[in-house]
Amino acid sequence: MTAVTDTSPGIVLSGLTKSYGPVRAVRRLDLAIAPGETVALLGPNGAGKTTTIDMMLGLTRPDEGTVSIFGEPPAAAVQDGWVGAMLQTGSPLEHLKVREIVRMMASYYPHPLAVEEVLRITGASDFAEQWTTKLSGGQAQRVRFAAALVGDPDLLLLDEPTAGIDVEGRRDFWQAMRAVTERGKTVVFATHYLEEADAYADRIVLIARGEIVADGPATEIKAQAGARNIRATLPGIDVDALSALPGVRSAQRHGDAVLLSCTNADAALVALLAAFPGTRDIEVTGGSLEEAFLELTAADAEAGRQIMEAAR
Amino acid sequence: MTHFRYEILRTLRNRVFYAITLALPLVLYYSVASGQRHGTFDGIAFPLYFMTAMAVYGAMYAVVAPGARIARDRSRGWIRQLRITPLRARTDFAAKVAAGYLLVLPTLALLFLAGASLGVRLSAAHWLELAGLLLVGLVPFVVMGFILGYLVPVDALAAGLGGVVVLFALFGGVFGFQLATSGPLFDVLKCLPSYWLVQAGKTTLGGGGWPAQAWIVMAVWTAVLIPAAALAYRRATSRV
Repeated sequence: MTAVTDTSPGIVLSGLTKSYGPVRAVRRLDLAIAPGETVALLGPNGAGKTTTIDMMLGLTRPDEGTVSIFGEPPAAAVQDGWVGAMLQTGSPLEHLKVREIVRMMASYYPHPLAVEEVLRITGASDFAEQWTTKLSGGQAQRVRFAAALVGDPDLLLLDEPTAGIDVEGRRDFWQAMRAVTERGKTVVFATHYLEEADAYADRIVLIARGEIVADGPATEIKAQAGARNIRATLPGIDVDALSALPGVRSAQRHGDAVLLSCTNADAALVALLAAFPGTRDIEVTGGSLEEAFLELTAADAEAGRQIMEAAR
Repeated sequence: MTHFRYEILRTLRNRVFYAITLALPLVLYYSVASGQRHGTFDGIAFPLYFMTAMAVYGAMYAVVAPGARIARDRSRGWIRQLRITPLRARTDFAAKVAAGYLLVLPTLALLFLAGASLGVRLSAAHWLELAGLLLVGLVPFVVMGFILGYLVPVDALAAGLGGVVVLFALFGGVFGFQLATSGPLFDVLKCLPSYWLVQAGKTTLGGGGWPAQAWIVMAVWTAVLIPAAALAYRRATSRV
C-alpha cells in the first residue's frame, strides 16, 4: 500500500461512522487512498459501500469521523470540481439530448474536457443526438459515465457503475475506464462483482457490516483468507487424520483423491509430505477470490439478523 | 449561462407547457370575453378585467412550471447529481427563476394582444405598468412552485400544482366572478396575492398603482415562503 504523505494528500477517511436509526451502516472506518490508485470497495449488499461513497461526496453527513479529499472537506472538493461521480440514482433528464446533457454538465466545471472527446471515450458518440429518456440501460450508463468524466475530475467515485449491465457492456466500460485511469486519476468504485474488483482494481477494500475486513491487492486478499487448496492422490488415509494436519481447515475424500482446504497451504504441504510420504499427484491451487470473499464476510448474515431483531 | 439556456430549452420542448400557459388562457379569454365586449365588471370594462385575469392564470402556470421540473429531476435523482457538481444551489435556483419569468412574457404579450383585439386600449405607460405589477405579483407563485417541487411526490405534483393555481385563481377572481365583495370573506380574499394580481388591471387604469395593502400582501407572502422553500430544499436533498 502506498503511504499517504503530507506533500501528496490523497483521500483520507478517518473514524467514519454513520447509523440509520439502530442500524450502524458504517462503523469507525479508516482508509487512506493515494493519488492515482484504483480502489474497489467490495462487499455484499448492505455492507455500507453506498453510505461510504455518499459521505465521501458530502451527500451524507457522518455521525462521527472526517473525510478529506486531496486535503479538503468533500463539499469544498466538489465545489472546486475535483470530484466526478456516478451514483446509483440519477437517470437522464427529459427534453434533453445526450450531447446536451454532457455539455450542460461540462458547463458546471472550471476546466472541463472537450465534450466530443468524452462522448468518444465513453462510446456515447453514436447516440449523442438521442433523447436521454429513450436510451437502453447500457447507453444510459455510458451517459452517466460521460457526465461524471466531463469535468475532468481528479477523483472518480463510482457507485456500482456496472449494475444491471450485460457482460459485454461491462467489458467496454472498464476498457474506457482504463483509458481514463492512465491519465493518473484516482478511482474508487463500489461493486459486488468479485471478478470486476479482481480485474480492474489495484487494491481491494473488502467491507462487511460497515467495517473493513480486508485491504490489499487481490492476491493478498486471497492469501489473507487463506483460501488455497491442495489436491493429491492418497489412497486409504482417514480424512480425520488429514483434517488434523497443521494449516488444514477441512479435508474431503473422493475415491483415492483428497482435497484439502487450507488456511496455510505452505505449512499444510510440509506436514502432509512428512506424515504421508506416499502422497502423489500433488497440486496446489489458489482459492478463488469468491472463497475469500465468502470467508471474510461470513459473519455477515448472522450480524444482519441481529440488527434486524434489535430494530424490532 | 449554459444551465439557464438548457432550463429554457427543456421548458420549450414541453408541449403541454404551451397548451396550458398560452392556448388555455387564450381560448378561455375569447370564449368568455368576446360575448361581453361592452360589458363592465368590478368597475372596469370586462375585456380589460378578463384579459388581466387570464394573463394571470396563464402566468401562474408558467411560473410554477420549474416546480414540476424540480419534482421530475428529484424523482430521477438528478438533484443529488447536481449537488456533486460545482454548480451552486443558488445559481440553479436563479436560473430556474429567471427561466420561469422569461417564459411568462409570451403569455402576457399574447393576452395583451388578445385584449387589444377586443377593444382594450391603454397607454404605453399603462401597458408597461400592468406588466410590471403582474411580474412582481407572481413572485409568491414562483416560490410556491419550488416548495411543491421539493416536497410533493412527482406523481401527485401535476394535481398539486394545478390545484394550487386553480384555488388561488378562484379566490382571486380570475374566472370572472368574485366570491365576495364585502364582509369577512372579502377581507380574507384581499390577503391573497392572486386577488391583487387580478386587480392590477383596475388599479393601472385608475392610475394609482397598487394600494399599500397589495404591496404588504406580496411582501408578507414572499417573506414567509422563501424560508419555507429553503427548508424544503434542504429536506429534499439530504438523506437523513
